[in-house]
Amino acid sequence: MTTKPMVSVTHARKVFDVSQPWLERALSGQDKQMLVAVDDVSFAIKKGETFALVGESGSGKSTVARMVTGLLPATSGTFAIDDVPLDPKHGYPLALRRRLQMIFQDPYASLDPRWRVGQIIAEPMKAFGLARNEDEERVRVSHLLKLVGLDPADAVKFPHQFSGGQRQRIAIARALASDADVIVCDEPTSALDVSVQAQILNLMKDLQRDLSLTLLFISHNLAVVRYMADVIGVMYLGRLVEVARVETLFAQPRHPYTRMLLDAVPDLAMTGRSRQPVQGEVPNPISPPSGCTFHPRCPLANSRCQKEVPLMIDGVACHAVQENRKT
Amino acid sequence: MTSQSLTPPVLELRNLVVEFVTRHGTLRALDGISLSIAPGEVLGVVGESGAGKSLTGAAVIGLLEPPGRIASGEVLLAGQRIDHLPMEDLRHIRGKRIGTIFQDPLTSLDPLYRVGEQLIETIRTHLPVSEQEARARAIALLAEVGIPASEKRIDGYPHEFSGGMRQRVVIALALAAEPELIIADEPTTALDVSVQAQIIAVLKKLCRERGTAVMLITHDMGVIAETADRVAVMYAGRVIEIGPVRDVVKSPKHPYAKGLMGSIPALDERPERLLQIEGAMPRLTAIPQGCAFHPRCPHVMPRCHEARPVLEAVGAGQVACFLHEVGQ
Ligand SMILES: Nc1ncnc2c1ncn2[C@@H]1O[C@H](COP(=O)(O)OP(=O)(O)OP(=O)(O)O)[C@@H](O)[C@H]1O
Ligand SMILES: Nc1ncnc2c1ncn2[C@@H]1O[C@H](COP(=O)(O)OP(=O)(O)O)[C@@H](O)[C@H]1O
Ligand code: SF4
Ligand code: SF4
Ligand SMILES: [Mg+2]
Ligand SMILES: [Mg+2]
Repeated sequence: MTTKPMVSVTHARKVFDVSQPWLERALSGQDKQMLVAVDDVSFAIKKGETFALVGESGSGKSTVARMVTGLLPATSGTFAIDDVPLDPKHGYPLALRRRLQMIFQDPYASLDPRWRVGQIIAEPMKAFGLARNEDEERVRVSHLLKLVGLDPADAVKFPHQFSGGQRQRIAIARALASDADVIVCDEPTSALDVSVQAQILNLMKDLQRDLSLTLLFISHNLAVVRYMADVIGVMYLGRLVEVARVETLFAQPRHPYTRMLLDAVPDLAMTGRSRQPVQGEVPNPISPPSGCTFHPRCPLANSRCQKEVPLMIDGVACHAVQENRKT
Repeated sequence: MTSQSLTPPVLELRNLVVEFVTRHGTLRALDGISLSIAPGEVLGVVGESGAGKSLTGAAVIGLLEPPGRIASGEVLLAGQRIDHLPMEDLRHIRGKRIGTIFQDPLTSLDPLYRVGEQLIETIRTHLPVSEQEARARAIALLAEVGIPASEKRIDGYPHEFSGGMRQRVVIALALAAEPELIIADEPTTALDVSVQAQIIAVLKKLCRERGTAVMLITHDMGVIAETADRVAVMYAGRVIEIGPVRDVVKSPKHPYAKGLMGSIPALDERPERLLQIEGAMPRLTAIPQGCAFHPRCPHVMPRCHEARPVLEAVGAGQVACFLHEVGQ
């Protein structure tokens, strides 16, 4: 590896206390309940690449995203952007914060309804002192609106005057307003219709290429991730179970959960490819299965799997893969 | 599979129009929907949000929320009109002859009653069986939809089931009175993909075994490709293409259907870019004249601005677009 990673995450862990209030616990004699939302997650993203996290609901994708951006304090682990570490107490230094922005799933909730679009987009410029005067600010806002496919005249409108897809364009313009080069996107198109999703995904790809953005892209949709990602990390119950480059992951999925997920996606191409029927549901994260947490659903599980947590070795965390066991 | 055969379709919609009378005038949400479902057939109804999929389902079962109402057109169940029946009769038909499955299982399940009680009540309301027989049937049904240890789980409350298991219970409930037709509105949309696959498989298997017809409403083309026999694609309150699933999914003819299919990222390949249709579905207050798709259509012709294309036979299906008019 010659180039240093743009984003690096090492042994990230997040434990939530989900206990009942103290008094109720005392009365019912319950213990404290801890939920391990993210456990021992490590990955790195190269400059200009897209790293995607996929997994089913509750697998810990958003929790990782919020820790990486410093929005949520980690229980343990280290995070760095362009070699600048996240300080557990003070977050990233100001100079770095400008470079790191986030885009969320819900374009309705993430834009202040009382602000005009121009103000929304100018806000990060103000916060980081990037425009010398109002004229310069206006010019930059116009430029950003054009960049995301909107009209400079839209600056005077309010968010409710836009459709869901247009609002996501506004959110992207705001994220770019501080000249950010690392963008964390949490399900940016999950609330959109497919024709609008295509517009936004195409836009994000163009912007990434033109501005050499580094993206952490979160989605539960494997096909979306296939279109967007360079490298994919598959999560299950808070752990990364497989990390691979996109072509490799889809051509040769190795972890039994990755294979199950791929088999579960409806076959739009109608190729009639043969698939394993999917079994079971994601267990309750408060009392996860022992050993490899996937073992109750895994066709390859054996007694070792019930006891030992498999370590991530060479991109896969699975005993069967490591033992080269096919049954 | 449609009108040639002697048995009438299980469901037939003829020129169905649904309107909302509001302060701002009358909004036409469904504008002349015609389609039919043969016995045992799964008809997929797809389209983006606001296309009118759910309203179509709601109009069939008489569950339009006021001020929504059927303004004209007909709904026929096994050849008989049901759109003008009194509420009471419709409610009976809904339990007995048409089963329903919605996105949120809790719209169908009462949290205060054990799932067994709800199943047994439905069975006994509609079928002449004793309490014991009904219970035995309920247990068998739960087993069929894939609830393990169903003789125990039958006494559980809905909140004791996971999301996927609840949707299985809802399928059991929908099938309990042995209906001719199931209306399933986004039955798997709230579920994780691994659970979705299982629910779709169960629904498909049980309906096929019983010969139950299904109207499967969803925005997910993948689910349709996997499940439906025929597909109706909706846009702005109209059916713009309808035909055998393979034709519509693999070689759609209407420019919107083409764009829609091309805009979906695929698992088996990575295109340089996704096909992109500019703009978005119009709001009800601003449905364009003529062909409702014309402001977004890459093939728009002068007449598309004024005249409205109707569904016409093209191959094994029907398409509403001037490009595909006979003689073009
Ligand atoms: N603030 C919190 N307090 C307690 N538990 C939490 C909190 N935030 C997340 N969790 C739990 O942590 C786990 C991971 O949640 P997270 O939101 O990261 O999942 P996700 O992969 O983003 O899921 P989704 O696909 O539904 O967005 C879940 O079990 C969730 O319930
Ligand atoms: N109660 C209502 N009042 C006014 N408009 C409604 C009402 N219910 C639905 N609509 C409108 O009717 C159209 C079709 O809605 P719907 O059938 O729910 O769409 P879909 O299920 O395809 O997403 C939408 O434009 C929607 O906003
Ligand atoms: S470690 Fe064992 S249970 Fe876990 S995925 Fe591998 S084979 Fe399956
Ligand atoms: S009728 Fe005209 S505008 Fe409508 S889809 Fe066909 S070509 Fe396009
Ligand atoms: Mg999330
Ligand atoms: Mg709907």
